[in-house]
Amino acid sequence: MTQMDVQAPDEGAPREQPDAVITMEDISIAFGGVQALDGVSLRLFPGEVHALMGENGAGKSTLIKALTGVYSIDSGRIVVGGEEHLFSTPAESLAAGISTVYQEVNLVPNLTVAENMFLGREPRRLGGIDSRAMNRQARATLQRLGIDVDPASVLGEHPIAVQQLVAIARAVDVECRVLILDEPTSSLDAGEAEKLFDVMRRLREQGVAILFVSHFLEQVYEVADRMTILRNGRLVEERLVKDTPRLQLVKLMIGRELETLERLEKETATSTDRAERPVLTAVGISRRGSLEATDLELYEGEVIGIAGLLGSGRTELARLLFGADTADHGELRVRSTKRRFRSPRHAIDRKIAFTSENRRAEGVVEDLTVADNMLLALQASRGWLRPIPQGTRARLVKEYMEALDIRPADPNALMRNLSGGNQQKVLLARWLMTQPEVLILDEPTRGIDIGAKAQIQQLVSDLSDRGLSVIFISAELEEVLRLADRLVVMRDRRKIDERHNAGVTVSDVMEIIAGEATAEAAVAEQEESRA
Amino acid sequence: MRKVLSHPLAWPAIALLVLLVVNVIAQPEFFHLRMQDGHLYGSLIDILRNGAPVLLVALGMTLVIATRGIDLSVGAIAAIAGAVACVRIAGSADESATSTAIAACALALAVCVVLGLWNGFLVAVLGIQPIIATLVLMTAGRGLAMLITDGQITTVHNSFFDKISAGYVLTIPLAIIVALAVLGLTAVLTRRTALGMLVEAVGINPEASRLAGVRSRTIIWTVYVFSAFCAGVAGLMIASNTNAADANNAGLWIELDAILAVVIGGTSLAGGRFSLTGTLLGAMFIATLAVTIPNIGIPSETNYLFKAVVVILVCLLQSPKARAALRIRRRVTPTPVSAPEKAAA
Repeated sequence: MTQMDVQAPDEGAPREQPDAVITMEDISIAFGGVQALDGVSLRLFPGEVHALMGENGAGKSTLIKALTGVYSIDSGRIVVGGEEHLFSTPAESLAAGISTVYQEVNLVPNLTVAENMFLGREPRRLGGIDSRAMNRQARATLQRLGIDVDPASVLGEHPIAVQQLVAIARAVDVECRVLILDEPTSSLDAGEAEKLFDVMRRLREQGVAILFVSHFLEQVYEVADRMTILRNGRLVEERLVKDTPRLQLVKLMIGRELETLERLEKETATSTDRAERPVLTAVGISRRGSLEATDLELYEGEVIGIAGLLGSGRTELARLLFGADTADHGELRVRSTKRRFRSPRHAIDRKIAFTSENRRAEGVVEDLTVADNMLLALQASRGWLRPIPQGTRARLVKEYMEALDIRPADPNALMRNLSGGNQQKVLLARWLMTQPEVLILDEPTRGIDIGAKAQIQQLVSDLSDRGLSVIFISAELEEVLRLADRLVVMRDRRKIDERHNAGVTVSDVMEIIAGEATAEAAVAEQEESRA
Repeated sequence: MRKVLSHPLAWPAIALLVLLVVNVIAQPEFFHLRMQDGHLYGSLIDILRNGAPVLLVALGMTLVIATRGIDLSVGAIAAIAGAVACVRIAGSADESATSTAIAACALALAVCVVLGLWNGFLVAVLGIQPIIATLVLMTAGRGLAMLITDGQITTVHNSFFDKISAGYVLTIPLAIIVALAVLGLTAVLTRRTALGMLVEAVGINPEASRLAGVRSRTIIWTVYVFSAFCAGVAGLMIASNTNAADANNAGLWIELDAILAVVIGGTSLAGGRFSLTGTLLGAMFIATLAVTIPNIGIPSETNYLFKAVVVILVCLLQSPKARAALRIRRRVTPTPVSAPEKAAA
């Protein structure tokens, strides 16, 4: 199916420029046993902004890294300007006219704007650097892009947004046919993003092909002409932005046909007899650049499911509730006592637990044993002077290994040698040992096999029956709907909807995420925030 | 055989063994121990005794390195410990009394703990890079020691103080017993409490540890204090050895020997899992190297050169590229070449 979509009638290509500057055909890349990209194709035309869409693990960054020579491809071919290329280093890709600007600015803050733009290729005169010529050329380039910055000023004095524009100016000043922008807007506010879009539009007029990665649907609809949608390492479809309603895009990104989804819908057996007081309350918590003011109430024995796309604020909210990041504004209450979480420790002391969506970087300690990984949180809360006695250690580890069916059942195995699903179970055991009252799970089933997934879902459901309150975040809507008593939907760093999970269908949620059924909710929310 | 070689302590143990064999070849009576006036003498005893200060410093350094840190100030702290103790003894009314020496040593170690708190504060609280934070005390510390001794080499006459390096208990030099006691203390401190596991967790994955609620600030602070304490004991030993405090030269470059010992012992500079036994082997390797060189007829001034060779080899062994190359080589030449053999050839 994927091939057909790409070679579909050429209506996708802009009329004036029929020849693609880049054609990637049938690209496959595997890491170990994991197929990161499976026969993915991508076309980029001069003078267009092309959005690369997909959820976490869809293969966006792998595809970009294949194009920029960071990864070498297992099969398929890359044609740039009519010539087939085999990029094995980033330098080769750069030489072919492909420039990349990443989310974090890779420039030297204590050099000037012009020096940064010409780093490594400074104009020379009499054996030295000709700064006058450099500033002149830099000014010309900046003007061409409509960026209002003094080339002689020091880069680090400018806000990140301006630094990002300078990075783009540097990128396009090198003989550049293709510009890849990898989540350039994730740390910018609305006004700053608008400036970036102006620059992108100018570049488009000048015939540059722009590959744009962003989690914000609004921005994609504002600036992109065409898009390629990936899911689980495969190509879903290439489409024109103007012909793709948001709901359809969300469906394509998340997967499943609507009809199949309706059949999967949950006959909600939600218990309405909630406890009287919430266990955890958030009132208007916010953090600049990651979450707008958000309210949340979590009751005893309740599962709140948070739905939303990547970058919607779902992870950011979880991190604020756990003290992994600190909130700028707003108030947290644990059992109606006001609390301030300046670090995860404070939240842990109040019986809140959290597993990160980023299991490898923020969860497991790879070179320690399974037993040590399990006991880490409990030991940390006791302090190093009060080790858990050997007998208790062995008993606890054995108990949880059996209860969660962790394999291999060897407490002394190194954590790095376990599969993702088993690592996730070890992390759950780590927190369950601390006997929390609130468990925040951010994408606990991502990247793990079906069997382990079902076990973890079952576990969450059992735990909430026993009175544990759970916040369950997942990109898989079926999973959220299956487990949640109450549903919170987030988009663009804010909560846009909250409802009882009674009769809610996956397609309802998709509509809310896509922003087509939320006019009322949004109005209500605005009024609430004004009040 | 392959299994033995893959054990993390195999290479430091083999390196030490090779050095010892080289010594025996050069000097057949190398292993001989003799008893004289109830004291044990012999080259092995000398090695252990001379290696004691480096071992002490390296024990503290092991924990610091396991948290992804480094402590460059240990040499200066050792000098300060010696200076405080000697000035205190020399200035006391009863210079030769045992109680004077004990009080002086206790004061010196207390000063070291304070210096360790300072290092830990810079690293754990202010978040300054360890190499910079401890560089402050590495350079300023010697000046501090000079201030304490008034720029003089302060000599003391106190039989108890002298015994720290020259005394014997049950035929064994006290210095060796002290070093082994601190080794035992470190082992208990790290493996009987949860310190070792938490140190490793912080060193392997600081962010995961933070999210699991590990008080990494306290952990990191603790290891810098412990490192300074170990350096203080080493400093007392060095001062006792000459019965004098030499602010300029006491413990000079000992931080480099200690780091080398830790790295030879298999603890990675990138932090994470550490091995105290490995550090013991590393410290003994360095002490043995120091006697091997004159033993095989090379002037001892070239010691640094051989240490440099060892550093290069250790770096190569830790570099993935060199390892891959070595693996191919090994098929051709089954006996791996190590530094000491080269030195002997």
